[in-house]
Amino acid sequence: MKMPYLPDHDESSFFDFVSKHYPGLTLGHYGVTAGDRSTPEQSRAVGPMAVPHATTVLALKYQQGVVIAGDRRATEGFQVADRRIEKVFKIDELSAMAIAGAAGPCVEMARLFQTELEHYEKLEGMPLSCEGKANKLGQMVKANLPMVFQGLVVMPLYVGYDVKRAEGRIFKYDITGGRYEESDYHAIGSGGKDARNTMREHFEKNLLEPDALKLALLSLYNAADEDVGTGGPDLVRGIYPTAKFVTAQGITDVSDDQIRAAYDGLIAMRRSREA
Amino acid sequence: MPMPYYVSPEQMMQDKAEYAKKGIAKGRSIIAMEYGDGILLTADNPSASLHKVSEIYDSIAFAGAGKYSEFENLRKAGVRHADLKGFMYSREDVTARSLANGYSQSLGTVFSQEIKPLEVEILVVQVGVNGHANEMYRISFDGSIIDEKNFAVIGGKSEAVQTVLKEKSPNRSPSLGVALTFCVSALEQTANQKLPAEGLEVAVLDRTRSGRKFRRLSVGDIRQLLSA
Repeated sequence: MKMPYLPDHDESSFFDFVSKHYPGLTLGHYGVTAGDRSTPEQSRAVGPMAVPHATTVLALKYQQGVVIAGDRRATEGFQVADRRIEKVFKIDELSAMAIAGAAGPCVEMARLFQTELEHYEKLEGMPLSCEGKANKLGQMVKANLPMVFQGLVVMPLYVGYDVKRAEGRIFKYDITGGRYEESDYHAIGSGGKDARNTMREHFEKNLLEPDALKLALLSLYNAADEDVGTGGPDLVRGIYPTAKFVTAQGITDVSDDQIRAAYDGLIAMRRSREA
Repeated sequence: MPMPYYVSPEQMMQDKAEYAKKGIAKGRSIIAMEYGDGILLTADNPSASLHKVSEIYDSIAFAGAGKYSEFENLRKAGVRHADLKGFMYSREDVTARSLANGYSQSLGTVFSQEIKPLEVEILVVQVGVNGHANEMYRISFDGSIIDEKNFAVIGGKSEAVQTVLKEKSPNRSPSLGVALTFCVSALEQTANQKLPAEGLEVAVLDRTRSGRKFRRLSVGDIRQLLSA
C-alpha cells in the first residue's frame, strides 16, 4: 500500500531503497549519468584522478575474536592529504570494517553499510547473520564497479563476530564484489603485502589478545617502513594507528595509550638493533 | 450509465470515522509514560514476536494500535523516513516532530481520498537528551495529531485507561518500576483481567544509554520491576 508523504518501498535493504529512489546519494553516482558512458579506455587515457587514497589496513584472528587495525595516512599523489584519517569503522555491535582506496567513496561506503545493517535490523526485527552482512557488502562493492573504471576504487576488509559459530570471521573482496573468507589474517592496501609478510612469519593460532595487538601493530609498522603510502606512528604529533577488537562482547576501541605503549616498546627494540 | 447515489460529504466522513474507530477499539491498549530516565512504553500484547512497540531511530520509538498490517506498514515507512534523513543529513537531524508530521499528512490524505480509511492509531515518542524535553505525539486515523504530556494512550478502551491514569497519576517523574506498575494496573483495571508478564510488551527509551536509546524489557526484567 502506498503511503502519501512517506517513503514508498518494499524491501528491507536501505542500499536498494536509496539506489532506487535517491540515486544521487549512493555509490557509483558521482554526477555520471547513464547517458554519459565514457569507455574504460577513455578514462584510462585521462589518467587516474587525484583523489586521496587510504592505505594499509589489516585483520588478524586471535583467541577471543579478531583484531582489526589501520594506519592514519591519506595520500594525494606524492602529497599527504590527511594525517589523521580513520580507516577502521565500527559498523554495528558485532562487526567492523576497514577500507583501502579512494577516501571519499570509502568513507561513504562505510556510512552506507552502517545504515544498511541498522535499517535491516529495525525493519525485520532481528540483525542479519554474519554471512548475510558479508554478502551485502559484496553487492555494494559490485555496485561501485563503474567508478573503478573512473579510478575510484573502494576496497573493504570486513570483520564480523559470528554468534552461531562463536568465532570471529574475516572477509576480503575484489572489485567485482567477489567475496572470499580468510582463515587467519589478511591485509589490503598499498602496504598490504608488507603487512601480510610480517603476519605470515609471526602468526599463530589462538594468540592472546595483547600478542595479537602487538603483531597487528608490528605489521603496520613494517608496512609503513616499506610503503610510502602508509603512515607509521607519528611521534611528534602523537598520531598512532587505530585498532579495534571484535569479540562476542562487541566492538572495543583499543585506547591510544595502549597503542602508544606497544609502539614505545617496538621502537626501543628497533633502536637497540641500530646501535 | 447508472448514476451513483448521492452521499453528503458529512455523512461520508462520519461513516469512515465510525468504521475506523470501531476497528481500533477492537484491539488492546498501549500506554506511553514519561519516567525519570526517559519514556516507558507498555502494551497489552500476548504475542512475543508481533510487536506493537518498536524502535524508529536513536531516540525515537513507535507504537501502533488497530490493524497490524496497516500500522506495520506505517512503522516501516517511518524507519525509512528516519534512516534516509539521518543518512542524508546527520543523526541529530532526525526528529519525532518531522516524522509525526509525515504520518499526519499521510493518514489525513488516506482518510479523505481512499474509500477505506486506515484503522490505526499511532504514537511517536522521542526522549529528550541534554536537558531537552521529551516529545509524545498521538496521531489518529484521520491524521489529527495531538501533543501529549506525561502519558498517552492509544487503542482499545483508550479513554477508560486515560481516566484511570488521570485519577491516580504518580508524581511527575516516577522511577521505572513505579511507572510500570502503574501502567500495568491501569491496563488490568480496564481489561478486567490479570495480565501475566508474558502478555506484556514493554520497552523503554532510556536517555542514559549511549547511541540507540531503545531497549526491550525481557519477561525477567518485567517480573523483577513489578515485584520490586
